Amino acid sequence: MEYEIKSKEKLTLGLGELWQYRELFYFFTWRDIKIKYKQTVLGFAWAVLQPLIMMLIFNAFLGTKLYDASIPLPYPIFIFSGLLLWNFFSTGISAAGTSMVSNADIIKKIYFPRLIIPISSVLVALFDFFMACILFIILLAYYQISIHLFHFFFFSLVGILITSLSSFGLGSLLAALNIKYRDFRYIIPFMVQALLFISPVFYQIPIARNSWFNYFAAINPMYAAIELFRKGIMYQPLNTNLIALSLFSSLLLLICGIYYFRKTEAYFADLA
Amino acid sequence: MLIWPEYMKPILEIKNISKKFTIGHGQKPYLNLRDSLVSIFQPRISSEVFFALKSISFDVYPGESIGIIGKNGAGKSTLLKILSKITPPSSGKIISRGRIASLLEVGTGFHSELSGRENIFLNGSILGMKKKEIENKFDEIVDFSGTEFFLDTPLKHYSSGMKLRLAFAVAAFLEPEILIIDEVLAVGDADFQKKCIGKMEDVSKSGRTILFVSHNMASMRALCSKGLLISKGELIYSGKMNEAIDKYISASSKAAHSGEIPPDASSTNKGIAKFTKIVLKGKNGVATDTIHYRSMMCLDFEVNALENLPDVMLDIRICTPDGLNLVHAMNKYTSPEERALKKGRNFIHCGLANQLQPGQYSFSIGIHYPDGSTIEYVENILNFNVLNIADENNEGFNYNYNLCYVRFESEWKIEN
Repeated sequence: MEYEIKSKEKLTLGLGELWQYRELFYFFTWRDIKIKYKQTVLGFAWAVLQPLIMMLIFNAFLGTKLYDASIPLPYPIFIFSGLLLWNFFSTGISAAGTSMVSNADIIKKIYFPRLIIPISSVLVALFDFFMACILFIILLAYYQISIHLFHFFFFSLVGILITSLSSFGLGSLLAALNIKYRDFRYIIPFMVQALLFISPVFYQIPIARNSWFNYFAAINPMYAAIELFRKGIMYQPLNTNLIALSLFSSLLLLICGIYYFRKTEAYFADLA
Repeated sequence: MLIWPEYMKPILEIKNISKKFTIGHGQKPYLNLRDSLVSIFQPRISSEVFFALKSISFDVYPGESIGIIGKNGAGKSTLLKILSKITPPSSGKIISRGRIASLLEVGTGFHSELSGRENIFLNGSILGMKKKEIENKFDEIVDFSGTEFFLDTPLKHYSSGMKLRLAFAVAAFLEPEILIIDEVLAVGDADFQKKCIGKMEDVSKSGRTILFVSHNMASMRALCSKGLLISKGELIYSGKMNEAIDKYISASSKAAHSGEIPPDASSTNKGIAKFTKIVLKGKNGVATDTIHYRSMMCLDFEVNALENLPDVMLDIRICTPDGLNLVHAMNKYTSPEERALKKGRNFIHCGLANQLQPGQYSFSIGIHYPDGSTIEYVENILNFNVLNIADENNEGFNYNYNLCYVRFESEWKIEN
């Protein structure tokens, strides 16, 4: 095994190296999951309780105001399906965005492919998501929503995949920016909040009206993710233009995020 | 020295490595967005370039153990960071023909909420071990660390010594082709250090390549066949370890304190007398800031008195870096002529038998009236090192600093 250390490395994805260090994904994810629920009485139940409580609150306060008759689902199910993905996305980008700074003492002392850290943060959020999914299935049964199994799994997977990739893309972009400009520590929470309001979590973005707001909302990668995820339990036509726009923006985020991260990662240890 | 056969390629080739940092004036420890945005529109304010390393080149052959020595800030740690890929060089390149593992710190990634067992796995995998490897060596690691009863206790309840032992134990079972170690032995109690040095000797004997930074000259001498001396970012000497150590000591004598005491240095001053110069000399009478273990040293200083002072008390204090006053020496019980200062310049020589254990210390000096009220007092004016090797015979002191600060002359008798 012969390799060189130079001042400017060629910009690649570094997939080979990621594979070589694959066990570290497991260890970082495992560590963060363990720590997240250490010294809590309820433990993993929090992963389920968080979206449940949020759903109950939103249902109580917004249930009468935002529920429109065109939604072919009980409002609690409608919110919960949105919240599930939304929580995954928001915890994913918040954790990934601050991950490099919070692991600064490790990256200053040892080398491994840096992408492992934001990816593991997203994997932790994915774990929480699957825990909350158990409750989702129970809710589906409780409200007696009829689902076509293949249809349901296909669209669920598509939704999860888009959310994972875009939270990874945005998360690694934010992680790289945050290590250089600590302003992002303050920007990230606001960004998450603002994105929630333009995501179709509590309300439906009307597909018929081609207003500017629809296009604005669709730049958000979570638009496609949530709409497609819901498609698995709700038989309504999709606005393909808006979905395509949203998919394009999540792909763009992924590419920009990885590119910027890989470009700047060599100097993380100097900046951390 | 061993002559390497021609077909044997160096396992590490370091070619012209430089590392520069740009120090902008008034630059903050990290950037903020506003400043970056502003600087797009403004020409860059003057910034200085600082070279932490200046075109360093050397080769490392398989099985060699190399000690890197130099003062604090010489660039040793930067070199190790570049070798372990943590930070890239600004220019130059390194060709590596083996798996490198670096130990710039023991216990990297330890988490206080996780148990000892969990931390062994986490730390091991961060250091580059495979899960299988850790499982196979798990019992040995636990055995070496001596923490088997606390394996399932969260690390936050461990004593700092236990944490350290666990951390070193994981690191000790790394099996890379090239091992890079930064000053990790300067920790733990004497017993544990001995165990660590023993383990390191085993590692170097097993044919692995080691690069090692330490201030512990005795363990460097024991472990390393080859030495590199770095000063201000440049490689000054590369060759036998013993010679590197000698060069290090003589280089530090040249760089010793010029001796001038700035007028504003005193913490108490009555305006009657002032210290103007202080120089520490080793046994050979050369100015230095590095003293061998168990040797004589001489402190020369100059006092400018504005009037005749027939009876003064001169005193010298030696403190540790944490500010602990260790040793006090004074001229109180000497003859009257050794207690009088004349108007003008006075040259004072004080011989001290060094009974300090290896480590870093500093001098404070003072002039007082016989009743104890202070005329002039200068705190921590001169720093010096006590090496852990005695000069004439190779008799060393193979532990670190934690074994008390002062050695007493003692007489022993055993009756059987």
